Amino acid sequence: MTQHLPVLLVVVPLVAAPIAALLNRPRLSWAVAVGATLWALYAALELLSQTMVSGAIHYELGGWTAPYGIEYVVDAANAWVVVIVALIGALVTPYARKSVEREITKDRIPLFYAAFILCLTGLLGIAVTGDVFNVFVFLEISSLSAYALIALGNDRRALTASFQYLIMGSVGATFIVIGIGLMYIMTGTLNMADLADRLPEVASSRTIPVAFTFLTVGITLKLALFPLHMWLPNAYTYAPSAVTAFIASTATKVAVYLLLRFFFTIFGATFSFDVMQLDRILMPLALIAIVAMSLVAIYQENVKRLLAYSSVAQIGYMVLGISFVSVLGLTAGILHLFNHALMKGALFMSMGCVMYRVGSVRLEQMNGLGRAMPWTMAAFVVGGLSLIGVPLTVGFVSKWYLVQAALEQGMWPVAGVVLLGSLLALMYVWKVVEVAYFREVDPELGISEAPLSLLAPTWVLVLGNLYFGINASESVGVATRAAEILLGVL
Amino acid sequence: MTALGLFNYWAVIFLMMVGFYTLIARGNLVKKIIGLNIFQTSVFILYITMGKIAGGTAPIFVKGGEDVSYSNPIPHVLILTAIVVGVATSAVGLSLVIRIKEAFGTIEEDEIQDESL
Repeated sequence: MTQHLPVLLVVVPLVAAPIAALLNRPRLSWAVAVGATLWALYAALELLSQTMVSGAIHYELGGWTAPYGIEYVVDAANAWVVVIVALIGALVTPYARKSVEREITKDRIPLFYAAFILCLTGLLGIAVTGDVFNVFVFLEISSLSAYALIALGNDRRALTASFQYLIMGSVGATFIVIGIGLMYIMTGTLNMADLADRLPEVASSRTIPVAFTFLTVGITLKLALFPLHMWLPNAYTYAPSAVTAFIASTATKVAVYLLLRFFFTIFGATFSFDVMQLDRILMPLALIAIVAMSLVAIYQENVKRLLAYSSVAQIGYMVLGISFVSVLGLTAGILHLFNHALMKGALFMSMGCVMYRVGSVRLEQMNGLGRAMPWTMAAFVVGGLSLIGVPLTVGFVSKWYLVQAALEQGMWPVAGVVLLGSLLALMYVWKVVEVAYFREVDPELGISEAPLSLLAPTWVLVLGNLYFGINASESVGVATRAAEILLGVL
Repeated sequence: MTALGLFNYWAVIFLMMVGFYTLIARGNLVKKIIGLNIFQTSVFILYITMGKIAGGTAPIFVKGGEDVSYSNPIPHVLILTAIVVGVATSAVGLSLVIRIKEAFGTIEEDEIQDESL
C-alpha cells in the first residue's frame, strides 16, 4: 500500500467528501471529516519521511508512463507543503465541530464538511501532482469549495466577499490555463519534468515569455501578492472562523508553492530570473506589501480583518525570500510557509474562540478579555509575538534567515524593511493586547473561557510555534533541502 | 501564415477582451458572470485551435493509412474538463447572486456597496 500513498493521499479525501454530504448528519459528517484529515496527515508525514530518506517519489497514475500519463511527483518541497496543509486540516477539523455549530445553521453543517474536505483534497492535489493541467483541475476544486465555505459566513457581506473572490479567483485560474495552453502549443507536453526539458529549446520564441507572464499574473493573484490581494481581506473577515483558520494557513501557501514549482522547476531559475528578471518585480512588490499592508493592519477595528491584512504582509516576506534566488533566501521563504501557517493558524483559531463566546471580533467588544478568557488571549499573545518575530518563536527563525539572505547579497535596506515590518507588527498586535489586558471587563456580559475542544487545537499550534522556534533544526533541514532541489544545486 | 489563417486566434483575442471588459466594467453581478463565461470560452477556443493540424483528420485510426496525419485530441479532452469547471464556476457564481439578491435586495455592485456601509 505504501507505494500508492501519493494517490491515496488525494483519493481518500476525495471519496470522503460525497460520503460526508450523503450521511447528512452533522456529527457523522464531522466524523468522516476527522477520518479524512487524519488519514491525510498520516500519508503526508509518511511521504515526507520517505522523500527525506530516499529522494523524490514518482507515481504513475493507472500505470501510464510518465510524459503521456499523469504523474505524481513528491520531493522535499511539495512533501513539506502537503504536511502543512494536512496538519492544519487535522487541527481545524476537531476545532470546527463546536465553532461551526455556533456559526452555521444546522442543515448546512454536513455540506460544510463536504466542502471542507473537498477544499483539502484540492490543496493536497495541487501539491503532489507533476502535471500542469492537473494543477488547474485541483486548483479549481479547492477554489470552488473555498467560495462555498466563505459564503457560509453569518454576515451577509460574506456573500459579496465570496463573489468577489470567485470573480478574481476564476480570472487568476483562467490566466493560469492560458499560460499552460501556450506552453503546450510550444512543447506538446503537460508533464512538469518533460516541460522543464523541452522549454529551453523554445524559450527564445515570443510565446513562452507570454505564457510566463500569464502564469505570473495568475499565480500572484492566487497567492494574494500586493496589489492583487483585493479579494483576501473581506474573504478572511466574513468567512466562518474555522474556514478562515484553515484557508489563511493553507490556500495562499499552496499558491506560493505553485510559484516555486513553475518558476524554478519548470521554467528554471535561469530563464525566470536572468532572462525574464522576475525578481525585479517580485522584490519591490513584496517590500511594498510588507510595509503598506502592515500599516493598513494597524488601522483595523475588526481583529480578523487586521490579521487578514497582516497575512498579505506576511506573504510579502515569503515572496521576498523567493526573490533573492539564493539557497538561503528560498530556505527563508519555504520556512516561512510553515511558520506562518503555525502562527496565523493559532491567531485565527484564538479569534474563533472569541467569536464563540463574544459573538464578535471587533476591538470595542474585546475589553478585558485577557481576564475573561485567559487561555484564548494567551494563545493570541504567543501567536502575536511570533508574528513580530520575538526570539524563541518561529517568527524569529524566519526573519533570521530572511535578514541573513538579504545581508548575503549586501542588501542592507531590504534587511531594514524586514525589521521595520516587525515593528509595525508590534504595533498592531499591541493594539489588541492593550484592549484585552489593560481595559476593564464588563462583568454583566458573563464571558467565560472557550470550551476545551476549541482551545486544545489552538494550543497545539501555539506550542508548535514555540517548539519549532526553539528547535528549528528539523524545519530548517527540510526547507534547505527543498530550496536546494528547487534551485537544482542538489 | 496569413492574417486570415490566424482567424481563430483573432476570435480568441476578441472574445477574451470582450469577456474581460464586461467582467471589469459592468456593475451587474449577472453580467459579470456572463463576462467571466465569455472570457473562459475564449480560452476553450484557444485550446481547440491549437489541436488542429493542417491537413489532419479526426483522430480515429485509419486502417492501412500510414501517411495520414491526425489532429491532436488531447486539447479537446483538456477543454472538456475546463468546460465542466466553467459550468461549475457559473453555477456557484449565480447561486451566490441569488443569495446576494435575497440578502441585499439588489444585484447592482454600487447599490450593494451603499447597503454594506
